Amino acid sequence: MQVHHNFFISMQKPKSQSSKPVGKRRAEDNPGLYLHIPFCEIKCRYCDFFSVTELSRITDFLDAICREMNLRGKVFKFFDTLYIGGGTPSVLRPDQLNRLLEHLHQHFKISKEAEITLEANPADISVSVMKELYSLGINRLNIGVQSFDNRILEFLGRRHNGRQAIRAIEASLQAGFGNFGIDLIYGIPGQKRNTWIKTLEQALTFQIPHLSCYQLTVEPETPLGQSYKKGLILTPDNDELFELFMDTSEFLEKAGYCHYEVSNFARGDSRISRHNSKYWHHIPYLGLGPSAHSFDGEKRWMNVRSLEDYIQRLNQGKLPMEFCENLTREELQFEALFLGFRTSAGIDLDDFEEKFGWNLWSVKERDYELLLDAGHLKIVNGRLQPTRTGMALADSLALL
Amino acid sequence: MDHIRNFSIIAHIDHGKSTLADRLIQFTGISDERTFKDQMLDNMDIERERGITIKSQAITLPYQAKDGKTYSLNLIDTPGHVDFSYEVSRALASCEGVLLLIDAAQGVQAQTVANLYLAMEHNLEIIPVINKIDLPSADVERVIEQIDDELGLDSEGHLKCSAKAGIGIQDILEAIVKRVPPPRGNPEAPLAALIFDAHYDPFRGTIIHCRIMEGTVKSGDTIRFMSNSATYRVEEVGHFLLQREKRNCLSAGEVGYIIAGVKTVSDVRTGDTITLDDRPCSQPLPGFREVKPVVFASIYPIASDDYDDLKAALEKYQLNDASFIYQKDSSAALGQGFRCGFLGLLHLEVVQERLEREYDQSIILSVPSVRYRFTLKDGSIVYVDNPAHYPGSSSIELSEEPYIRATLMLPERYLGAVMKLCMEKRGVNSTLNYPSPGRVELLYEMPLAEVIYDFYDRFKSVTQGYGSFDYELIDYRESQLVLLDILVNGERVDALSQIVHRDRARARGLQACERLKEEIPRQMFKIAIQGAIGGEIISRTTITPFRKDVIAKCYGGDISRKRKLLEKQKKGKKRMKMIGQVSIPQSAFLSVLKSDAD
Repeated sequence: MQVHHNFFISMQKPKSQSSKPVGKRRAEDNPGLYLHIPFCEIKCRYCDFFSVTELSRITDFLDAICREMNLRGKVFKFFDTLYIGGGTPSVLRPDQLNRLLEHLHQHFKISKEAEITLEANPADISVSVMKELYSLGINRLNIGVQSFDNRILEFLGRRHNGRQAIRAIEASLQAGFGNFGIDLIYGIPGQKRNTWIKTLEQALTFQIPHLSCYQLTVEPETPLGQSYKKGLILTPDNDELFELFMDTSEFLEKAGYCHYEVSNFARGDSRISRHNSKYWHHIPYLGLGPSAHSFDGEKRWMNVRSLEDYIQRLNQGKLPMEFCENLTREELQFEALFLGFRTSAGIDLDDFEEKFGWNLWSVKERDYELLLDAGHLKIVNGRLQPTRTGMALADSLALL
Repeated sequence: MDHIRNFSIIAHIDHGKSTLADRLIQFTGISDERTFKDQMLDNMDIERERGITIKSQAITLPYQAKDGKTYSLNLIDTPGHVDFSYEVSRALASCEGVLLLIDAAQGVQAQTVANLYLAMEHNLEIIPVINKIDLPSADVERVIEQIDDELGLDSEGHLKCSAKAGIGIQDILEAIVKRVPPPRGNPEAPLAALIFDAHYDPFRGTIIHCRIMEGTVKSGDTIRFMSNSATYRVEEVGHFLLQREKRNCLSAGEVGYIIAGVKTVSDVRTGDTITLDDRPCSQPLPGFREVKPVVFASIYPIASDDYDDLKAALEKYQLNDASFIYQKDSSAALGQGFRCGFLGLLHLEVVQERLEREYDQSIILSVPSVRYRFTLKDGSIVYVDNPAHYPGSSSIELSEEPYIRATLMLPERYLGAVMKLCMEKRGVNSTLNYPSPGRVELLYEMPLAEVIYDFYDRFKSVTQGYGSFDYELIDYRESQLVLLDILVNGERVDALSQIVHRDRARARGLQACERLKEEIPRQMFKIAIQGAIGGEIISRTTITPFRKDVIAKCYGGDISRKRKLLEKQKKGKKRMKMIGQVSIPQSAFLSVLKSDAD
């Protein structure tokens, strides 16, 4: 039925058919698996992801998450990405990670070609440990570098310094990680435009396959948020942030990266984060661990945001769910829009119509025409795509 | 009849009228503590919040006087704002006496004088009452002087009170009994009852408030409204205590209510005379006139889907406000809506607030207008209260606009600033009086349009709140009028069009552009705002686009959170009106009217 419908559409609009990477798309449609490791040695001032610093609870946590795997084993059949995030998953010893991975393979079917990413703090990275992790099957690293500038790292409350960041990159390369990415943060109070560009230049010297450049978001429930509320820090204004966003994008694209999502750059299509792309393309994912979210195409649910609750519920043999929402058609289509406009791939108009039963372009033509003229949108092979300036406006584009 | 006293309290705004009414009610003991809410007679939220009485109300107070006899004191409350002066005059026509309440600190103000004149026109007994004598800033001696000099009354008979502290209340009640004459009239004569108000009761329909001047009315009678000869069968008559209290009949001298199956309040005209169909009185009571709205504006629902809701809300609202009129209207920019007439700008604001608060409507109001008169080249005369109906300038022979006579009272030190303001507002033919040392009474003739624009706010501000203001319509005068259009991204927003004096057009256009620039949020593209007369652009501003709104991180969990955040924004956007591709908030439409904070 599905195939037939696709066929019908493609007969009418042969142009868009040619652009659809059908085979590839199928592979991407497989769900992704996420593990949340909620431990950090210290908490960074800006971060509002869920984590605790009681590393003594790691063993109980590992028992609990293995129980959750037992309970969740049947939700999805097959995964082709695994992302171990946190928190700081690199606080786990290789044997602990090994236990996790073995248990995972027992309960879930994970593709042999799966992208398996581990988030790591530069301070935890050494050649020997990285080699060990590589041998466990981890084939991608995401390193929380954030900056090479010690003053900025201090401001952010990171536990590594610039020199450690460089060593971590070198060690990862040496250990054989051809595929890895680093996180960088910009828009930090006091950070000058040229300091930021210098950071990017430094990153380029290593030919890093993947860069995530996040604009600092001041979350209210963080120490940074508290300082902001008290007026102790001054964040760059919207226009400055826009300039930084544009500079970053231009600079990295010139250096050969593709700006494929608001904050993400890959050195070639094969280096994009396949796991994170699933979120932006509305592909199902299963999240295990406290505060992890899951999405099965219709429902989204979230685990409890408390380590003790999480452990306790699983000890009682219960699922540690905090809430679950059934997404309405409107909600799904709204998500498809605001997620789609975050990516350079944009929104496939035929797909959209097939999924939601109405033609996005013809309904919003007047708005979109205006934005095409303003240079925020473009149409490429039947896809409505944000330009560089359009990506900076992804939210407003979705709100039209 | 000898035991009835009909009286009103008249005062400048904020001089404590409602508080005194409450005190009188409390003193006569008809309300217990439990049912007593401050300012009993002002029973609408807005009235209580703004401290003004919008609708008049009546209440009968049983009072045992020092002479041992029990009297029925009918207190007829009057609205306290210039927009409602006709209603005041009808309420006063139902009385034999008034308490003229004066704030001991503020002294005589413009409305004190205006109300006094109204009371004198009706030959009422006037009892000056100095209120707020317990205030530290009270200057009773000065007020006594003003009573003699400015009001031309005999200060001998003045009373002092503090309504708030409950001081001097009994003296006031005694004075009402002793000094206000009992009503006259013959219960056997043909019925003549004066309608001074009406309100709507969802169970009983319209409740007519009236004063019986002559004759008697009882349930079962067939009554006739003399203005339009409509007849109704009386279902019930009675008095106003805290609730309505049924009586067998109402006779000459009494104040009370009639329920007679009248569907809507607008079927009842304040000031009309009720008589009996089978035994009518020979002529109606004097003073009746049709209340004509002087300020007009269109109301549109923010979402065009809500048109039917708005229509239902207006129908309901009108049941209780006979001076509010409306009819269908449509705007190219804002869609289907209603053209509405109001007694003044305050009335307009009250209606707007009540529609939003009590009827839960999200509305957009067009720029208010007065009713202009155009004599066309073919000799015909058209009245235009909606800029959308402005005749082309080439077809106009003569343009005229309504003028008012403004009475302004102020401390002398503000005279210069006020005169400057009045001249700026095209005021002419000024007269200056010095009713007492240090105070001036300034009379100006000026266009009503200038007054509804931002006169009142600015007058208050240049006199630092010490000035008071009253006005009456006088006539139409020739004027140089043009149609000022506002364009947003090249699209004319007809709800923002205004008919203005030629000399004002550029300033008004610039101001409108600046206001809109402040109120319209930046959007993804540049927005041009222009003011135009005919095809000529006379003012222009641009709103620069914003360039970044996207948040850096968006992963699994964030998606739900982010969706909820954006859904909130979406809702906010739905409360804005789309003009072409530009979202314009409700506040922008109102801002065009507001005055500069100078």
